[in-house]
Amino acid sequence: MIYKLQFADLLPYWDVLARGFVFTVALTVVSTMAGVLVGTLGACARTFGPRWLAGLLGAYVELIRNTPFLVQLFFVYFGLPAAGLKLTETQAAFIAMTINLGAYSTEIIRAGSEATPKGVIEAGVSLAMTRLQVLRHVVLKPAFQKVWPALASQIIIVMLGSSVVSQISAEDLTYAANFIQSRNFRAFESYFVVALAYLLLAVLTRAILRALGSRLFPKA
Amino acid sequence: MIRRRVVQALFASALALTCFTGAARAEALDDILSAKVIRIAVPTDYPPFGAIGADMQPQGLDIDMARLIGKELGVRTELVAVSSANRIPYLQSKKVDLVISTLGKNADREKVIDFSTAYAPFFMGVFGVKSAAVAKPEDLAGKTIGATRGALEEQELSKLAPADATIKRYDDNNATITAFVSGQIDIFASGNAVAAVIADRDAARAPELKFVMKNSPCFIGLNKDEPKLLAKVNEIIAKARADGESEKLSQTWLRAPLPPGF
Repeated sequence: MIYKLQFADLLPYWDVLARGFVFTVALTVVSTMAGVLVGTLGACARTFGPRWLAGLLGAYVELIRNTPFLVQLFFVYFGLPAAGLKLTETQAAFIAMTINLGAYSTEIIRAGSEATPKGVIEAGVSLAMTRLQVLRHVVLKPAFQKVWPALASQIIIVMLGSSVVSQISAEDLTYAANFIQSRNFRAFESYFVVALAYLLLAVLTRAILRALGSRLFPKA
Repeated sequence: MIRRRVVQALFASALALTCFTGAARAEALDDILSAKVIRIAVPTDYPPFGAIGADMQPQGLDIDMARLIGKELGVRTELVAVSSANRIPYLQSKKVDLVISTLGKNADREKVIDFSTAYAPFFMGVFGVKSAAVAKPEDLAGKTIGATRGALEEQELSKLAPADATIKRYDDNNATITAFVSGQIDIFASGNAVAAVIADRDAARAPELKFVMKNSPCFIGLNKDEPKLLAKVNEIIAKARADGESEKLSQTWLRAPLPPGF
């Protein structure tokens, strides 16, 4: 038997798909910015901060990198209300994604910043740069140059991983596919279209991040 | 040659069987009373209606109802575990005398078997915490309601709820239950069995029925042309309702009073 594709059945649900697309994009953009910020601060603190802080951050990184994202998401959404912190599914998704990307990017950026030879930092200090200037121009900029492709890959992984937020009823792209196929039973068409949408998003994200990288951290 | 004989033998025995059952055709109720045992099909995979308890014995509302019928008839109750797919075939092939297995009535089933009066409530409803002021679909305006995506009650809710109500759709019953128990949602749509499970797990957030969306109570199924048995079963159900036995079963297993009008 040959399955007859009927993409026309998806048309009545275009608005669900469009809203899901926008939600996934918005969630990715916001949590990427927050996550990379957490990662940058985390990397600096882990490399240059006091010992207790570095240890604490190490524990955070290991905890997040060694547990499934879905469990982290459930913990934030279903678990935290028990501690009196009730978050909407959008807030929970944002926080879980930020925490997750924050841990991975801490490690990625730290790898870049630790590659800076001690002598170069000392050279910066001897040029009468302030600590912050050294951090910014001597450590972080070359670090980002080195690890930008790895960071971009991680951002895309997090974007694709955001598909599980539909489990806590956040209405992202995957939610749209689940919803549509629960209504018209066109599972193949629904997931096919959504898979294409993710592919498109991933390709676009990579292109944008590459352009951003060469602008923000031009190779000297 | 041999094959032919086999076929003949089969025909002959089939004929004999028909004659035999024809001759022995008696009311099932008489058979039950003379055998002093009634065989009743019950579920063992559908709490709180029927499940295997910690003592490995079947327990649940349907089980208690089956035992009640045996007691009222003054015969032993023999429970036969069935699944929802084979419960009607078990009845048709006379492996059991009655089916008490959250059986809903519909036109297709009525063609092949008879139904008693309803013995237990089974409905899709909107449930919520005590403080949620909801009594009818319109009251859901501006509120957030949880439901399991794709389930019948979610589709019903999507039809009934006003446009400015927010429906949160979860992947499965457990996620919906967890969302309610953890306080993420205060109102949800489900079958009364799911609501009973929550009341069982977390008495502090026992859900209260706000309104019934669709009613499909449980009936006892029996074979067609058994007027005496049907009358007797209906009599037992009526008695159970009158003396509060039905209310007790509902309270015990569904953690809720019988709905109004039941």
